[in-house]
This record gives sequence, structure tokens and C-alpha cells, in this order.
Amino acid sequence: MSNDNSTTKEKVTSTDEFIKGLWRDNPVFVQVLGMCPVLAVSNTAENALAMGLATAFVLLMSNILVSLLRNFVPKQVRIASYILIIATFVTVTDYAIQAISVELHKSLGAFISLIVVNCLILSRAEAFASKNTIGRSILDALGMGFGFTLALFCLGAVREILGNGSIFNVPLFSEGYQSWIVMILPAGGFFTLALWLLIINAIQTRKVKS
Amino acid sequence: MNTESLGSIFLNAALVNNFVLAYFLGICPFLGVSGRMETATKMGGAVMFVMLISSMSAYGIHAFLVSIDAPFLQLISYIVVIASTVQLVEMFIKKISPALFKSLGIFLPLITTNCAILGVALFQTSKGYGFLESVVYSLGAGAGFMLALVLIAGIREQMNFADVPNISKGTALTLFIAGILSLCFMGFAGLGA
Repeated sequence: MSNDNSTTKEKVTSTDEFIKGLWRDNPVFVQVLGMCPVLAVSNTAENALAMGLATAFVLLMSNILVSLLRNFVPKQVRIASYILIIATFVTVTDYAIQAISVELHKSLGAFISLIVVNCLILSRAEAFASKNTIGRSILDALGMGFGFTLALFCLGAVREILGNGSIFNVPLFSEGYQSWIVMILPAGGFFTLALWLLIINAIQTRKVKS
Repeated sequence: MNTESLGSIFLNAALVNNFVLAYFLGICPFLGVSGRMETATKMGGAVMFVMLISSMSAYGIHAFLVSIDAPFLQLISYIVVIASTVQLVEMFIKKISPALFKSLGIFLPLITTNCAILGVALFQTSKGYGFLESVVYSLGAGAGFMLALVLIAGIREQMNFADVPNISKGTALTLFIAGILSLCFMGFAGLGA
């Protein structure tokens, strides 16, 4: 979180700025940030994707604004102003989703409003956007946002396939499939995320060894 | 919704729909400060206090915003109240016990971004609770948060001596424990209904 500061500014190319969020510094699997929505709304692939995109949008807009204002905001009140910026965009997103699909709004519930307290967004504002130019902040937000969406989708897809026997509400198995109810329940969220972390740890360890 | 008894509201928030294990709110401090029992209890206490204050203020703010017909300001005003309460608690703890202030470290200001607190404020509004019900609800949620934190801290302290495979050390192991705890809490389903 803190090692991608301005020290490496010159060496890092723009593509790197984008790619790092997808894999090396993936917000969910590597930094373990913003866990609450990750676990709570990843019970179906559709919810997970919608939540990921909504978060990515807020992240992008707040990163842009924070980066633009980085020379004007006094140091003492910076966290409070970041939170206000984020809360504004979350309110916008909340109303937008309600206008697009009432059903989706219902199934995501309070978790749209809770994007405000997603530590990922605040940590990008504090650790990156407040120290970098607007172009880099946009790339960073896009990378982190897509990384977050990707991770959410990985969880949501696994949970929906095992727990419901379907993906995007399309049934995958024949009638005889006995669905694992536990995967849809809260406990399944913890287990699925733990399994993904195990897989990623295993890959990383193998990479270091070879 | 208003027909629920106060006791069942409390039980519901603390056990049946435990904020951490059933709603996934407040996972960050749950994973972050649950390594040691001592910090876990203190963190739980601080969160309970902030939750109570912010829930009471949220009730007032909601009534006010409804009266001036500006519900879109809800989120922003809630978060401002929570942030200032946390600031207050921070100054208070720093004055009373500098040692505790040090051991909580970065997680103290991060209570602001504890989703459980904003969650309590939002849920009580959407459920249409009155003042007394809101207070009981926030107390229940705080107690439930404390319970979950203490339980997992106890288990993690024991796990320090266990020989687990290298790749599962750290977050993955904590998540497995949390999953099993969450399964246990499912046993409370139906208690408050």
C-alpha cells in the first residue's frame, strides 16, 4: 500500500500503473482491502459484477478529483475532505443505480451506500491520487477498479456455480444437481475467499522458488 | 417493523444477524486487530461507544433531513458525524491512556471507515426504528461486534502454536476460522424471530 509512492514515479511506465492493480497489487487478493462488500454481495456473479463496477466508478471519479485538488487541500483536513468527495460520488451512484434497475438496487441494498467506507477507495486517494498527476491517478484508479471487479467476479462466479448451480442466472447442471446452500450463505463467502487466497499464495510461492 | 420487542431487537443485532459474521460489516478491523485478545477487547469497546453516539445522532439527523426534504444529504451527514465522533474518542483515549492509544495505532482513526458503524446508522433508518429502538439496536450491534472480535482473537492466539502449511498462514487461515465461526452463528437463526 505504501511502497508505490512517488519514489518510483520516474521508472514506472503508464501501462505498469494500470497492470499493477490487476495482479501484483490486486486490492482484494494481495492488499486485502475493502473486504466487506467483497464478501457480502458476491453471492451471485451478477451482483458481484455490478458492485465491482459501481466501486470502480466511485474510485475513478474520486481519484480524479483528489488529484486535481491535491495542491489546494490543507494537510490537516485532507482525510475529511476525501471522505466528503467519496460520499458525494457514492450518493450519485446510489441514485443512478436506482434509476437504472430497481431490482439490482434492492439486491445490493445498503452496500451501495457503504462504498463510502470501502478502505480501498480511501487508501488510493491517500496513498496515490494525492501525490500523483491526474493522468497517473486515472490509470491507477482504472487498474485498481478492474482488479477489484475481477476479484469480486472470481468470488461471485464460484459461489453462484456451487451454491446455485448456475451462472448469471443460467442453469449449468441437470435437475439432479444438489446445490451447496452453504456457498450462498455468509460462511461460504469466507471459505471461497480463503480458498482463492490459498491458490494465489501457492502460485506466488512457486514463482519465488523457480 | 415497529412491533418488535426491544429484547428481540437486541438479540437480532447481536446474535442472529451478527454484524460481522452474517452481514460482513467491519471486516477490516475484524481481520486487522484480532491477533491479540487485549487489543481486540479495547477495540471492541471503542467501536461500541462510537456506534452508540453515531446511532443517536443519526436518529436526529434523519428526522431533521426528512423535515427539510433533503434525503440525499443523508450519507454525507452521517459520515461527518461518525468522523467527528471518532476524532472525539481519539482525543479522549489519548488523554486517558496513552498506552492504549499507542497499541490501537492506525486502527483508531480507521474506525471512521468501519462499515459496521455506518451500517447501523443506515439500517436503523431503513427499518424505521424510533429513538429507543435505535439505541438498543446499536448496543446489540456493538455487543455482537465485540463478541465476534473476542471469539476470533481467542482462537487466533491458540493458532499461533499450531503447525499450519506455509501458504495458509495469515489472512487465509483467519478467513477459514471466520467461516467456521459464521457457520456456528447460523445456529442462532430463528432465535429473535
